[in-house]
Amino acid sequence: MMMNVLAALLVLGILGLVFGTILAIASKVFEVKTDPRFPEIMDCLPGANCGGCGYAGCSSAANAIIDGKAPVSCCPVASAEAVAKIAEIMGVEAAAGEREIAHVICNGGTAAKKKFEYIGVQDCLGAMKVGGNGPLECAYGCLGMGSCVKACGFDAIKIGDNGVPVVDPDKCTDCMQCAVACPRDLIVSVPVSKKVFVECANKQKGAAATKVCANACIGCGLCVKECKFDAIKVVDNVAVIDYAKCKNCKLCTKVCPKDAISPIATKEEKEKYKAIKKAQAEKAKAAAEAKAAEAAKASAEETKENA
Amino acid sequence: MEMLTSIFAISLGAILTNNFVLSQFLGICPFMGVSKKIDTAVGMGAAVTFVMGLASLVTYFIQHLILENLGLEYMQTVAFILVIASLVQFIEMFLQKAMPALYTSLGVFLPLITTNCAVLGVSINSVSYGYNLLETVVYGVTGGLGFMLAIVLFASIRERLEFSECPKCFEGVPLAMVTAGLMALAFMGFSGLQVW
Repeated sequence: MMMNVLAALLVLGILGLVFGTILAIASKVFEVKTDPRFPEIMDCLPGANCGGCGYAGCSSAANAIIDGKAPVSCCPVASAEAVAKIAEIMGVEAAAGEREIAHVICNGGTAAKKKFEYIGVQDCLGAMKVGGNGPLECAYGCLGMGSCVKACGFDAIKIGDNGVPVVDPDKCTDCMQCAVACPRDLIVSVPVSKKVFVECANKQKGAAATKVCANACIGCGLCVKECKFDAIKVVDNVAVIDYAKCKNCKLCTKVCPKDAISPIATKEEKEKYKAIKKAQAEKAKAAAEAKAAEAAKASAEETKENA
Repeated sequence: MEMLTSIFAISLGAILTNNFVLSQFLGICPFMGVSKKIDTAVGMGAAVTFVMGLASLVTYFIQHLILENLGLEYMQTVAFILVIASLVQFIEMFLQKAMPALYTSLGVFLPLITTNCAVLGVSINSVSYGYNLLETVVYGVTGGLGFMLAIVLFASIRERLEFSECPKCFEGVPLAMVTAGLMALAFMGFSGLQVW
């Protein structure tokens, strides 16, 4: 009896010892040299493996940073401090970039005309496969099935009141998984401080765009003329804001004849701005006339003197 | 000829009739956990097949050379767990050094199967069925293939289910459980198969 217990103990003990030794030796023999910076960088990265950087996960991103293939700030989710720490580990200066967040560039929602009522699979790609380009008349607009909402790992995007997704700026980490999920390519990354957005992606000409959606940008170019900083351009019949130049003055929102630039100005605001502009124009005209008159007077005097 | 028949019978049993997951309910944990996408399911299936084949080989020797000689058959479970865990650990280290490409595709799944019950099950079953060395290895590999078949089928169903509408309370895991149950029922249809 005693012998049995002892034998069992001994055999298992020896087996364990042998395997332990083999593993210990193996760990030395098969040691793969990793860069000492690798674990340090991994500590700075969030470890959510969201793929927002374009790599397969945090560890591949860390390897890319070490190899110099990716900038130290390649992780859109990492905080500014974390990026600074990675830069310190890598011995380079971090480019101080502003935090960016996702934004949905469509304000169609309930204002967009529907071809038919869609009751199929609750997925944007699924909806797009039906009826030639989905249930909307607009071939560019948001379908509102919430594929982006499902794609978000941070609970930062929700379908808003008018059926179009809204991004929570506090929760969004700019991983852009929603943009990947959006079959209409309506989600873009914008600096968090910028408040003005052209909420339309319809590339049709003005009349056609108006026909499919009440809020569509018609590419009239009033905002382009209004912008003092040369930040708006009309590309393919849609206004596009250059956020490097935009100063959040919101003048463009007030001249937009449609509700295509948010924050959408109310009618009163637009009227008020029109009145102010009219007054300014009159004043400028008057001033110019006065100046012209003065110049004419001066030149007349000059000719008199010369004579 | 007789050997071929027995190998065929073992393979058929391990893959279909006595499928490790769907008939013997072993290895349910990775079956549920790693079956959301077909590619990861294939990776997991390959890793399990690999480990089950190797583990059945190694445990055959442990059983017949060490445990039986010392009359310690009752220590089988503990000894096998010990052997399998160290074996998987060893393979992981070896792959990382020698075959980095295989390591990156299998590596994530290997630690998950160190003490997988399907792996332990294949070793213990082949001992209790009295298989010889060849039969043991065949049983191990085909058992792994059966696992792979089940998990890949299951993952493809789950991928489809993602896009279907179902009551809120059934979304996700509950629906997966129901699906797994129905698949097990379907595999019961194979129980009528008999080889000679």
